Amino acid sequence: MNEIIQGFVEAIELIFSLNPEVIEITVRSLYVSLSATAFASIIALPAGAYIYFNEFRGKRAVINLLQTLYALPTVIVGLAVYLMISRSGPFGFLGMLHTPQGMIVAQTILIIPLITGLTVSALSGIDREMRYTIISLGSSQLQSITTILREAKFAILAAVLLGFGRAIAEVGTVMLIGGNIRGLTRVLTTTIALNTSMGNFSLSIALGIILLGVALVVNVVLNLVQRG
Amino acid sequence: MSSGTKLLTLSLAAILALGICLAGCTGTETPDGQAIPNETATKTAAPPEGGAVLKIATTTSLYDTGLLDMIEDTYEEKTGVDLQISSQGTGIAIELATRCDVDLLFVHSPSQEQDFLDAGYGINHRCIAYNFFQIVGPEDDPAGIAGMDPVEGFRVLYEKGTAGEPGVLFVSRGDNSGTHSKEKALWDMAGYDYETEVQGSGEWYIEAGRGMGETLVLASEKDAYTLTDEGTFLAFQTDLVLVPIIDQGDALLNRYSIMAVNPEHCPNVNIEAANNFIDWIISDEAKEMIGSFGVEDYGKALFTPLYPPECTTSPFNCTCAEPVSQA
Repeated sequence: MNEIIQGFVEAIELIFSLNPEVIEITVRSLYVSLSATAFASIIALPAGAYIYFNEFRGKRAVINLLQTLYALPTVIVGLAVYLMISRSGPFGFLGMLHTPQGMIVAQTILIIPLITGLTVSALSGIDREMRYTIISLGSSQLQSITTILREAKFAILAAVLLGFGRAIAEVGTVMLIGGNIRGLTRVLTTTIALNTSMGNFSLSIALGIILLGVALVVNVVLNLVQRG
Repeated sequence: MSSGTKLLTLSLAAILALGICLAGCTGTETPDGQAIPNETATKTAAPPEGGAVLKIATTTSLYDTGLLDMIEDTYEEKTGVDLQISSQGTGIAIELATRCDVDLLFVHSPSQEQDFLDAGYGINHRCIAYNFFQIVGPEDDPAGIAGMDPVEGFRVLYEKGTAGEPGVLFVSRGDNSGTHSKEKALWDMAGYDYETEVQGSGEWYIEAGRGMGETLVLASEKDAYTLTDEGTFLAFQTDLVLVPIIDQGDALLNRYSIMAVNPEHCPNVNIEAANNFIDWIISDEAKEMIGSFGVEDYGKALFTPLYPPECTTSPFNCTCAEPVSQA
């Protein structure tokens, strides 16, 4: 219990003293996870829309697969990507292992199924009556799609934010792909893991609080942007 | 396009653009100033543009002492080489080296190191320093092994544990770490086959499958015995009810060594930088630094550096002072 209170105190100290190492790893966490969310969204939103708006054989199976992949363990994605980009792997020549760019790739792969599946869910949440209404009002195919997307924008933003949340909070992938190298690939979650294994519990809690704070800021910003 | 969708697209594009811009600033600026309050030294010098990069894989129990952060700062300032040290456990370290993802291994598992060398994956093996593992356990010592020879202690633990004597429990790392290798070696010396006789031999033998800190916490919760390195135990001591039970004996030797990845196995290895680093770390200057580490935080040195001819004889049996880049 002591550690939790101490953690809060340390979090405030670290933030207000603008501790440079904390700033460095926080910026890197944001860089990696925001980029991954952006890349994943660019792929997942259109993919989710496509799956929803089109009927095709195996559509149910695809949706089932996406929802199963919600449970994809991060360390498995990390392991699979590691085997691909390791020097002795097929993409070793890219030299992406132990770099932030490699971490972005791994996190993007991790959250694409999540954002795609939730986009499909978001669009399915639009009342079928509304869809018929839009069509019956004489809108074109494209107009009806964009109108429905606009109606679902809250739910779609929720999908993107959940993707971001999963990305910034995960450890397994970034640990394996990044290597937790000081000054190069260390992020908030891997630093928390390191400090926990070293016994610095209150510092770990402090960093966790900072991570939540950062996620809150991102949440607020994206909500404001979307509403405006 | 409606204005809402437009704005969403624009903001995603902005995030993307931000991401691409930040691609220029990934960790090349290293800040001055205070460290995160956990006793490791700060990086004081930024890695130079176009300087050599040396990738090292190491074990958690070595890294968590903070020694390598200090070595990193010293060496980078001295030579301008960018050391990239990854600490994820002995097993992963050896995998990284086997797969040519690092240039150097700094570990403490003699049997696995020998396998690595025998397979032709590693060269230029040098032992650097040592300390001792400890068998820690509950203060009242239900197995009655305090002060015994470590192998004898393990024998008694096995006999009493398998007999179901109350209070006699042992927690194993169970994760193929250097510490786990030492534990297996001790069972072997005590005369038991690990896979058939020790593993799964009863509720007394608990496999944690986790790092050293978490294993110690688990052992403390269960009032059990476990094998630990001194550094981690000192770091966690105030949170544990465990005390050292056996901490003397050649069998508890914890030998830290370094070796380069063989360029014949991995053509991309930065063998020049690796050899230079090995030559530096076996130098008297580096050994003195290693030998005085820990006094400030723990009141005692955590490592004893190895010097010839001591290192060439039993129980070390390794090379510790011959420079590698002579050829």
